[in-house]
Amino acid sequence: MGDYIVLAISCILINNILLAQFLGNCPFLGTSKKMETATGMAMAVVFVIVLAGIITWVTELYLLKPLDIEFLRTLSFILIVASLVQFVEMFLKKSIPALYTGLGIFLPLITTNCAVLGVCLINIKEEYSFLEMLVSSFSYSVGYGLALVLFAGIRERIILARVPKPLQDTSIGLVTAGMIAICFFAFKGMV
Amino acid sequence: MTEAILFMLGIGGVCGILLSFASKIFYVYEDPRVSLVESNMAGANCGGCGYAGCSAAAQAVVKGEALPSVCIVSGAEGAAKVAAVMGMDPGTAESRQAYSMCDGGVRAANKYHYLGVTSCGAMALVFGGQRDCHVGCLGLGDCVKACNFGALTMGKEGFPVVDENKCVGCGACNKACPKDIIEVKSMSDKLLKFNQINDPLAPCSQTCPAEIDIPQYISHIKNGDYLAAVQTIRMRNPLLLSCGRVCPHPCENDCRRGIADEPVSINQLKRFAADYEMNSGSRVPIKCAPDTGKKVAIIGGGPAGLSCAYFLRRVGHQVTIFESMPELGGMLRYGIPEYRLPKKVLEWEIEGITKLGIETHTNVRFGTDFGLGSLVAAGYDAVFIGIGAWKDHALGIPGDDLKGCFNGIKFLSTVSALVSSGISKGDTSIREKMKLGKRAAVIGGGNTAVDCARTMLRLGLEKVYMVYRRTRKEMPANEVEIVASEHEGIEFVFLAAPSRVVGNENGEVTHLEYLRMELGEPDASGRRRPVPVKGSETLLAVDTIVTAIGQAPDASFKEETSRRISELTLTRWSTIDNNPATLQSSIPYIFTAGDAATGPALVVDAIGGGRRAARSIDLFLKGKKVEPVKDSLQKKRIPESVFKTISGVQPIKRAVMPELPVNRRLDSFVEVDLVLPEDEALKEADRCLKCCRICYNPDKKSA
Repeated sequence: MGDYIVLAISCILINNILLAQFLGNCPFLGTSKKMETATGMAMAVVFVIVLAGIITWVTELYLLKPLDIEFLRTLSFILIVASLVQFVEMFLKKSIPALYTGLGIFLPLITTNCAVLGVCLINIKEEYSFLEMLVSSFSYSVGYGLALVLFAGIRERIILARVPKPLQDTSIGLVTAGMIAICFFAFKGMV
Repeated sequence: MTEAILFMLGIGGVCGILLSFASKIFYVYEDPRVSLVESNMAGANCGGCGYAGCSAAAQAVVKGEALPSVCIVSGAEGAAKVAAVMGMDPGTAESRQAYSMCDGGVRAANKYHYLGVTSCGAMALVFGGQRDCHVGCLGLGDCVKACNFGALTMGKEGFPVVDENKCVGCGACNKACPKDIIEVKSMSDKLLKFNQINDPLAPCSQTCPAEIDIPQYISHIKNGDYLAAVQTIRMRNPLLLSCGRVCPHPCENDCRRGIADEPVSINQLKRFAADYEMNSGSRVPIKCAPDTGKKVAIIGGGPAGLSCAYFLRRVGHQVTIFESMPELGGMLRYGIPEYRLPKKVLEWEIEGITKLGIETHTNVRFGTDFGLGSLVAAGYDAVFIGIGAWKDHALGIPGDDLKGCFNGIKFLSTVSALVSSGISKGDTSIREKMKLGKRAAVIGGGNTAVDCARTMLRLGLEKVYMVYRRTRKEMPANEVEIVASEHEGIEFVFLAAPSRVVGNENGEVTHLEYLRMELGEPDASGRRRPVPVKGSETLLAVDTIVTAIGQAPDASFKEETSRRISELTLTRWSTIDNNPATLQSSIPYIFTAGDAATGPALVVDAIGGGRRAARSIDLFLKGKKVEPVKDSLQKKRIPESVFKTISGVQPIKRAVMPELPVNRRLDSFVEVDLVLPEDEALKEADRCLKCCRICYNPDKKSA
C-alpha cells in the first residue's frame, strides 16, 4: 500500500508531467485562461489518460510483446490514443454537450497531447504491474489537472495586475509556468 | 515482418470499426445545412468573422444570427453560395449591429475611477464590476480591444462608440463585455425591445407607457439634431405629432428634476421635434426589415392599430388595416377635437405610416362587412383587434332619450366628421345641423366630457355647464384641460348627480334635475364616494345634454355567426379578454391592445400596447413560443432609481406652453396649444439632467 502512495505522490508532485517533464504544454497554455475551462480540460485529460493507459498496457502485454514487435509501440500507441480521443469527443457531444462546447477546440487537441502518449510510454518503460499502471496513469493525469487548475487560478488574477505590454498574455503565462515549475522542483527532496 | 503488418492492419481495423459504431451510437442531429454552409466558407478558421472558427460561423448562419456574407475570406462568391444553401438572396437577412445601452454622458470620467486596472473583465472580477451602478458601463474598453474590425472606439465621454459602417455584427464585443452593456441587435430586435428591470433607464423612460428613450431624444434636441430626436422617438412611438399634442405625459410626474425643481417639459420637446420634421417639408426616411412573407390583418385604424401596423411593417411583415370609419385615426380623429389635434397634422402623420407599404381599407366594419372567416380565407396569418371603446355608457335616468340628449363619443365623432368635411368655419351651421340648443350641460368629469364642453363653446353655445358628481380634485381629466376650460368660461357644477331630464310637450329638453351630493368614505379607487343629500333636487335650465360618463368597446362583432369568433372571450366590461403580458386573446392567432383590451385609457397606452402586441405577433409568425418579456418593467419603477432628494440642481423655470389667447379661441376650431419656439426648446432641453438608472448630470453651475 505504502508503495502505491509513494508512487502516487511522485507522479503527482515530483515527476509532474507538466512541470517536471514538460509534456502537454499546448493545452496547458490554451485552456488555462478560465478556471471553468481548465477544470473541464483537467477532467477530460484524467479520463483519457486512464483509459489510454489501460488499453496501451494491455496492447503491450498481449500483442506487442508476444509477437515480438515492440518497435511498433510508438506508432500503434499514437493510433490508439487518437481513436480514443475521437471516441471521447463523440461521447461528450452526445452526453455532456455543455462540457463539449466549453472545451471547444481544445478537445481535439488532446489527440496530439504528448502527455497522454508520454504517460503510456512511461508505464511500459517502468514495467509497471496493472495496478501500478492504474495508479501512475491516474496520478499523472491528476498532476496534470492540478497544474492546470493552479495555473488557471493564477492567470485569472494576473489580468488584475499591470503587466508591461510586451509581456502580456502568453508571455507572462510562460514566465509564471516556469516559476511554478521551480516551485514543484522543491518536491524532489520529498522521497 | 508479416506479424507487424498484420498487427498494424488489425489495430487500424479495430479502431475503425469501434469508431464507426461509436459515431452511430453517439450521433447528434445537426442541421445538414451547417456542414454545407461550412464547406462554402474559406475553412481557414481565421476568426476574422468574430466566431470561433468556421463551424461556429456556419452554425450562426443557419440559426439566422449571421449574414451569408459573414466569411470575410471567401468574399462575395462564397456569400452567394452560402445564400443559395440557405435559400435566400445574399444580404437579405437583416444585419445586426452593436450598440451600447449605457451612455452616462459627461459623468463617465468621474464615475468610474479605478486604481490602475486596465480591463473591464478584471474589474468585473474585483468589485462585481460596479462602483455605484451595477448595470452601468465600466468604460475600460474590453469591447474596443475585442473588435477585429476597428468598429468600436472609446468615445470622448468614456463610453464605447459604434461605427455603424464598420460593424459586421459579429458579437465579439458582446462576448468581451462582462456586463452585457454592449449588445448586438438587429433593427427589429431594437424596435421590439421592452424595458426590463436590469436596463439602464431614466425614471421618465420607466414610466412612459410607450417606453420612449426620453433622455436620448432630449439630448439630440440639445445638440441641435432635431431629426435624430424624431428617429429616436419613432423607435417606440410612430404617432409623435399626436402624442406631442394630446399626451398627458405621465413621464413628467416622475422627472427627477421635478424633485428639486419643476419637471422638464418632456412632451413639449417631443412636439417641438415632431413639428420641426413636419414643417421641414420632408420626412425622415424610415427603414423596414426585408419582407418575411407573412400577412397580418389589423382591425381598427386607431392609435393601437396604427402602432401595431407600423411596428409589424418595420420588422418586415405585410400589414393590412381595416377601418370602419371613413378615415384612419380612430379616437385621434373622431374623439379628439380639432382645436387639440388638427386634422391636417394627423393626416400628415398617418400618411407617413401608411407610406411604409401598409394597405388600408376604410368604411369596412368587422362583423358586418367582413369576418374572421374571410380574413383566414384571405391568407392572413394573424389578426390584431384594436377596435377601441366607442360605445357610450348610458345615463339611465328618466328622460335621457328626449330631443337634445347626446352621448359623448357619438357627439364628438359627429362634430369631427362635420369639421373634416369642410364646414369648420360656419360653426352655427354645425350647431343647426346637429340641432343643438343654446345652453348645455355635459355630464361627466373625464377628458371626453371636457372635450365635449370645449367643443360646444366653439360651436357657438352661450352657456356650457359641466356636471360632475365629485369635486374638481377627483376629476379624472387632464389638469391642463380643466384649466383651459376654466379659462374659456365653462361653469362647473360639482357634487351633482343627475336624477331626471325634464322636457316640454314637444319632447324637447328644458331642464336637468340633479341631486346635490356630499363626499363620504373613500371607495376602492381611493376617491371619496359621493353620497346624495336627501331632498336636494335642483333644476338646471338647459336645452342640450351630453353624457360622457365612460365608454366600453362595441362588441357587436361577436354577433357574426361564425364558430370561430364565438371562441373569443370578453370580460364583463366587454373588453377583449387577453393575457396582459403577451396580449394574446383566447384565440391564439388573435392579439389585441388599446381601449378594446384595457377599456378607456391614454393614447400613449394604446401605442405601447400596439407595440407589445406587435412583438407577440412577430414571435407567433416566426413559429416561436409567445412568451412575455422576461423581467418586463411595464410602467413599474426600478426601486433604486426612485430618489427622495437630489443635489446639484439649480432652479430654472420650466418653459411655459404658448397658447392662443382665449378671445381668439372660441370662434373657431383653431389649435389652442402652440409649439415652443426653437430657443425656448433648446433652453428646456438643457434643463434635462440626462438621468440614467441612478446617475445624472448635475447642473453645470453647481458642479
